[in-house]
Amino acid sequence: MSGQLGIHSAGPMVTVQDMGRSGTLGLGLSRGGAADRLALIEAAALLGLSAPVAAIEMAGMGGVFSTDTPTRIALTGAPMRATLDGATLDWHGAHLLPAGARLDIGPVTRGAYGYLSFAGGIETHPVLGSRATHVNAGLGHRLSAGQTLPLGPDPAPDSPPKALPVEDRFSGGEIRIIEGPQTRLYSGAIRSRFTETGFRRSTHGNRQGVRLDFDGDPFTAEGQLGIVSDVIIPGDIQMTGDGIPFVLGPECQTIGGYPRVGAVIPADLPRVLQAAPQAPLGFRFITRDEADAVFTGEATLLKRLRAAARPRIRDPRDIADLLGYQLISGATAGDELKGD
Amino acid sequence: MSADPRPDRPDIAPLGVDGLLVRFSTRLDDVANRAVLDFAADLDADPPPGVVEIASALSSVYLRFDPEAVTRADLVRTLHERASARDWSAQAEGAGRHWHIPTAFGGDHGPQLAETAALLDMSEEQVVADLVAHPVRVLAIGFAPGQPYLGMLPERWDIPRLKDITPSVPASALVVAVRQLIVFSADTPTGWRHVGQTAFKPFRAESDAPFPLRPGDVLHFDPVSHDEFDRIRTGDSDGSGGARLEVQE
Repeated sequence: MSGQLGIHSAGPMVTVQDMGRSGTLGLGLSRGGAADRLALIEAAALLGLSAPVAAIEMAGMGGVFSTDTPTRIALTGAPMRATLDGATLDWHGAHLLPAGARLDIGPVTRGAYGYLSFAGGIETHPVLGSRATHVNAGLGHRLSAGQTLPLGPDPAPDSPPKALPVEDRFSGGEIRIIEGPQTRLYSGAIRSRFTETGFRRSTHGNRQGVRLDFDGDPFTAEGQLGIVSDVIIPGDIQMTGDGIPFVLGPECQTIGGYPRVGAVIPADLPRVLQAAPQAPLGFRFITRDEADAVFTGEATLLKRLRAAARPRIRDPRDIADLLGYQLISGATAGDELKGD
Repeated sequence: MSADPRPDRPDIAPLGVDGLLVRFSTRLDDVANRAVLDFAADLDADPPPGVVEIASALSSVYLRFDPEAVTRADLVRTLHERASARDWSAQAEGAGRHWHIPTAFGGDHGPQLAETAALLDMSEEQVVADLVAHPVRVLAIGFAPGQPYLGMLPERWDIPRLKDITPSVPASALVVAVRQLIVFSADTPTGWRHVGQTAFKPFRAESDAPFPLRPGDVLHFDPVSHDEFDRIRTGDSDGSGGARLEVQE
């Protein structure tokens, strides 16, 4: 049965996101979609889906939600404080959301973007092949209190909720990058200094890109001003005219004339976009062959994660209505206790 | 960087793990741009196996591919074969889609026309006449959705961008710098000079055809009086701003 998602409150940047748009880059519209694509793949794995579905992306702060039909949900990406009718919910897991129950998602505890996915997906009308809100292009809107969104039916509402072991990608760290067409516009000395610099994710960051703070001289390229504008892509490390690096995100512009020192490999891009302000980031060049060797397509990744998802073992202490469960079958009359 | 590539021997370099950039020039050049658009159209019509996205820019074509469907080395080989198959710069002149877009120049609708005229050592009337005399091609669409980069204007139009950025120039404005024109998709801070105003929307999110322009289209800016322009803008319901499309065989 399909249903409606009610939004009772929402943080400042809560949007519908999916895997974005293909085929519009040459028309000036970047791919967009989830800032942390892996989080939507994890959600699909937790919910046993064959492909990622449109979900709610929450930057920094969540919201209060309920549905009018029972459905399984998945909580992925940056961990956030979440409760269901007051009981704490594990992150990186799937849960059953009963009709009318109050799902309250608070601030992130680590990282930047948390995701709330529904087993039937959010079924808003696709625009240009996607349901993703593209803030920068003016497609779709930030969600706010009082709105409702259509949900697809949960394909397997009775399947046991699952959990996934997830490596920490929410605290910055070392990022692998490969050379691009303009890397060699930077002298060897500048490239070395770039990889030796300890950066911090700036407070200036959004779905367009993340600025990197650092101490020291700016990173300038040779012939920087004469560069003809090329296609730019998420993951590119673009230097502004002032020599300040930005890692581009899903809503980056499509053409840019600033030089790019390299590109973050897809496997490490969530780690950059999920870094909270002030989180440390460092960069290391790897060869094309090394990058190819660690590349995993998103469909393959989903297959692997589906195999890794395990039924969640619930701690009895977290079950609010424990007494409502029949925990022991074959009860006796209790006569053996009478000796007490 | 290597020597400038030839139209039949573009330079092909990785851009990201799953992308390639095919560069026909390292400069903005009209001949290279024609080659770019022609080559991109040829790839669009018959995409090589494993390619999932094709996008052209001013002097390069970007391809995104599925590395699990095709190796980079195989795709590079295919692209070199496709590129050397013919002379991509020999595109026919004049054929194609021509847009005629009513435009108000100067005054409130083009507050930087006067300083542009001063830079070019012409009167405002001469500047408008010169723009009208030189229809421009869509060299690339990008930066913002549907937004055309138009050129190339004659060399005397090689005027720099402003150092002090104008905080907001309205959507559908006609702006100029470095031998190019842009019609803005949205209100934009810019260093390009605002010389005229159209009511043409290059991106129409709500429409069945959100992207009216294609790379290679030719745009003619037809001057209209400010009164006439205001009438067109007030009566516009679909974002066309009174533009007329003419397709020449």
